[in-house]
Formats: sequence, structure tokens, C-alpha cells
Amino acid sequence: MTLRESQIMKIHYITGLAALFVVAVHIIMRLIMPFNTSLEYGNVIANYHNILYAILLESILILIALHGFNGVRIILIELRQNKHWENGVTIFTIIAMITIVAYGTRTIIMANGLGFE
Amino acid sequence: MASRNFNTLCTSGEKILMEISKERNNNDRDNREGLKGWLNPSRYGWERLSYWLQRLTGVFLIVYFIGHVYETSSLTRGLDAWNAMLQLTQTPWGHLFLILVIGTSTFHSSNGIRLIFTHAGKGLGRPGRPDYPYDAISLNYRQRSGIWVALILAAVAMLYGTSVLFGGK
Amino acid sequence: MDLGLNKMDKPIDKIGMLGKKNRIDDKKNDETIPEKILLKVFRAGGRVRDFAHFDRFEVPVQRWTTVLDALLYAKSYQDSSIGIRYSCRMASCGSCGMKINGIPRLACYTKISELAGSTITCEPLINFPHIRDLVTDFSQFFKHHKEMQPYIHNKNADIKDTRKLSEFKQSPEDVDKYLQFSNCIKCGLCYSACPTVATDTKFPGPQALSQVYRYYADTRDDAIKERLDIVDERHGIWRCHFAGSCSVVCPKGIDPALGIQLLRGYMMGFSKNEKKIAELMDRLSEE
Repeated sequence: MTLRESQIMKIHYITGLAALFVVAVHIIMRLIMPFNTSLEYGNVIANYHNILYAILLESILILIALHGFNGVRIILIELRQNKHWENGVTIFTIIAMITIVAYGTRTIIMANGLGFE
Repeated sequence: MASRNFNTLCTSGEKILMEISKERNNNDRDNREGLKGWLNPSRYGWERLSYWLQRLTGVFLIVYFIGHVYETSSLTRGLDAWNAMLQLTQTPWGHLFLILVIGTSTFHSSNGIRLIFTHAGKGLGRPGRPDYPYDAISLNYRQRSGIWVALILAAVAMLYGTSVLFGGK
Repeated sequence: MDLGLNKMDKPIDKIGMLGKKNRIDDKKNDETIPEKILLKVFRAGGRVRDFAHFDRFEVPVQRWTTVLDALLYAKSYQDSSIGIRYSCRMASCGSCGMKINGIPRLACYTKISELAGSTITCEPLINFPHIRDLVTDFSQFFKHHKEMQPYIHNKNADIKDTRKLSEFKQSPEDVDKYLQFSNCIKCGLCYSACPTVATDTKFPGPQALSQVYRYYADTRDDAIKERLDIVDERHGIWRCHFAGSCSVVCPKGIDPALGIQLLRGYMMGFSKNEKKIAELMDRLSEE
């Protein structure tokens, strides 16, 4: 399934706009109590236990990974234009997106339930 | 691309010139400005500066994002790992770095919103009959103000971030 | 900003005081014009790196001396081997594009009096393969332009039967929608200024893309989908990031950046194409 470039760019703009809102909420969560207290282990874990917050973090992960790595892909394909480089950049982008989302989801799942205090 | 029709559109003189140019220059990459063209934002006005800043902040933010996802994963290794991470990041240098992140993300977002409108063709003016001194209508005060607003918002956010991080509560 | 226009008697003085808003290094109004300037001309052989150096010429200037005048003076009286391309001397042919003090400009259209400082540096246009001295190769530039199919596509127009004398009905308002983009003289200054062209060899460049808009906006053309398919790809219109440098340097006021963004707006679905294809009138049958 190959996407047309116009579809990729629509995704880029939509994820950018959506990420703005979810990241704003994420930042505000650090400001509802004194900043240093909000970073204490117990408070952070309490945040992760909140299922809505976990969903928020997951959506930040996905939206920013899509937007950011697509941006990196655009910068890289503008630098060189041979077939190997472009295919390599596409593969690298997809793998990077999947890796970072997987790694972040692992953190969210482990911090959310599953036996952590 | 429609290069299947291209050869029929070339005159024989152009074909000869292209052959010579290919021999001499080996590829069309010769004499391209390359990365230097991206890195110098000072020659062409506000929009070029915005392009340069948007790219720079974007690259900085994706690097920060990767680091942030890794740093927060120390939660999964327990209280000690988390506190060790906090020791590393809750320092004056760490705070300064975070303030930079706040500034760059604010600029990137606000300028990005302006760019979404521009790329959609809004706020640029309509085509008309150009007249001396042939100023471009797309480079108008609305776009310039938008870039200024993005810069000012970034500065305000950085100031607020400084007050929270260094203000100490 | 009061330029003191009312105090000037002759219209020609008033025109002299107007200047492009977006230029960076232009001279301020109260600086005087020097009598002689130092012209630094880039000299190199077949490749940019072959014996590349700057030759210096002292050239006398007057109020309206252009950079082209200065170069031709140097070529006539000091070094006749300077390689330079020029033709109309009036910003109509687009031949004399070069980098003057670091910015792509037309040599015939740039007065010495509008440049800051008394040293003028002339270099060949960047992003074009270099031939010699100030002359560059435009074949890749023209290739990109041709790939956009820069001619009217109309199913109803019979281009082979010339006896019919058909005419498209187009109002002045219809013409105004694309007129500024048809003024393009293919000077290549926009291609030289574009940051994407600096690294991307497959990017068509602002000139070619603004010509796609020119045909998209023309009511005589009905091949919108085919044109957009040409540019909707990885190295096509989407690699424009609205750096606006093309519009800053364009000597004819075409504003390629505007055309490209308007086209993208249509491609993304933000604006509708309200174009009504022009009616083809058969003039012979009216008589």
C-alpha cells in the first residue's frame, strides 16, 4: 500500500495540529501542582494509573512519531535522490516510528498496571 | 514524471548541449548550493528565516522527543532508576535545556499553524497585474506578523518556563 | 515613509526613489553614488573548481549605470575574455541572471546605485551547472519546465485545422487570474534562490511549479487532473516549504510562491476550482 505524497502531507498537517492539543494538556499536567512535586515518583505513577492520561500519552506518542519522523524523512530525501537512499529512508522512517511507539507503549503499559506501586 | 514525452520536445541543439553538460558536470548536482543553501537564512527575508527556524526547531524537537521517551522509561526500572534520572535532569543545565525545548516547541507549533494556512493558500492575497516595483503579494504584512507572533509567543513561553523552573516552589 | 516625493519635479526622480520592499542589502536613500566602483567578476573554466578566482576591474559609474553596463565596460576596455550572457538589456529576455552581491538578480535590471558598498561581486547563478565565468547551463531548468507540459490542453480545440479560426472566449477578469504568471521570462533567478532546489535534483523548481498554476488557472485549459498528477509526487510540489525566496528575487513580480501555495490549497481540498472552461467560438461560422 503506497501512499500518495499528498496523502502523506495531509497526515503530516493533521498530526501536527492534533499533537499541539494533546501536548498542551501533557504540559499543563506538570503545572497543576508545584513543578518539583509533580515529578515525584509517586505522583507520576498515579498519573499513569489514570486510564485517560495513559490514552493521552499514547496518542502523543503516535502523533509526534508520525509527524516528526515524516519531517525527518522529508529532510533526508531532499538531501539525496538515488533509489537506494530513498528506499532506505522510507524503511528507516517506518522502523523508527514503530520502534519509538512500541518502546513508549511498553513504558505506559508497565507503569499503568501490572504490579508497580 | 512525464519524461516519456521529453525527448520529442528537445531540439537537436539542446540534446547536444545536454550531452556536453553531462560529460563535463557528471550530474545535475554540480554547483548546487547544497546544505549551505539551507543553513544561511539571512539573504532572502522573513519567510526564508521562518523556513530555517522551522526546520531547525523540528530536528531539535524530534531529537528531544527520542531522549524524552527514553528518559521516562526509567519509570519501569523502579524508584531508584527514576530518581537517578531526576538527578541528571533536574539541574540548572537541565532546566535551561527544558526552557529551550519550551521555546522551540512554541515557535514550531505557532509557525506551523501559520504555515498550514499558507500552504492551503489562505492569507496570501489574490493574483493580479504586477506593477513596479513588483513586490510579491504573498510576502505581506500578515505573514510577517504571523512570524513575529510565533517568535514573541516562544519568548513569552520561555520566560514563563524560566519562572516555573527557576522560580522554585 | 516620506520619500520627499512631492518635492521632486520630474517623474523620473520619483521612479528612482521607489524600490523593492523585500531586498536586504540595498543602499539607503541618503548614500551618495560613488564615481568608480570595484567590480569583482568570478572567472573559472569548464568546471567551477578549475582555476576559479575573482578578477577585479575598476569601472566608472554614473547615476543609471547598471551592473550589465559595468560588466560590458570591463569586457570592452579591460578584459575581453569575460564570459557573459545577455541580450535585451531591459529585463525582458532573462539571459543576464547572475548572483550580484550574493543575491540572484538580473544584471541589466540592477543599478549600481541600488547596491550597498562600492565593491560589486558578480558570480554565476548557483544551482545551475557552470559553463564558464558568469555563464551557466539552463538545460535542466528547461527540462523541468517542459515536464509540466506548459501548453494549453483543450479537448475541443482542433489545433490541426487552421482554417476554422476558432477563438476562446475569455474575459479580462479571467485573464487577470493567470496573467502575472504568464509574464515569466525564465531567467532562473527563482530556481537559484530556492532552498529545496539547492539540494533536491528532482524538484522542478518554483518556475515550473508556478507554470502549473498558470495553466490550472487558465480557463482555456481543461487538463487539471493530468497536470496535478505530474506534480503530486515525492519530489514534486510538496517539497516546497514556502521559503518565499523565489518571490523576493523575481524581477517581473510573478510571485511563484503564491501560485504554488494556491495550487496546494486546491490539491489539499481547501479551495474549490471555480474555473469554468472557456467557450470555444467558431469565428468562421459567425460570418
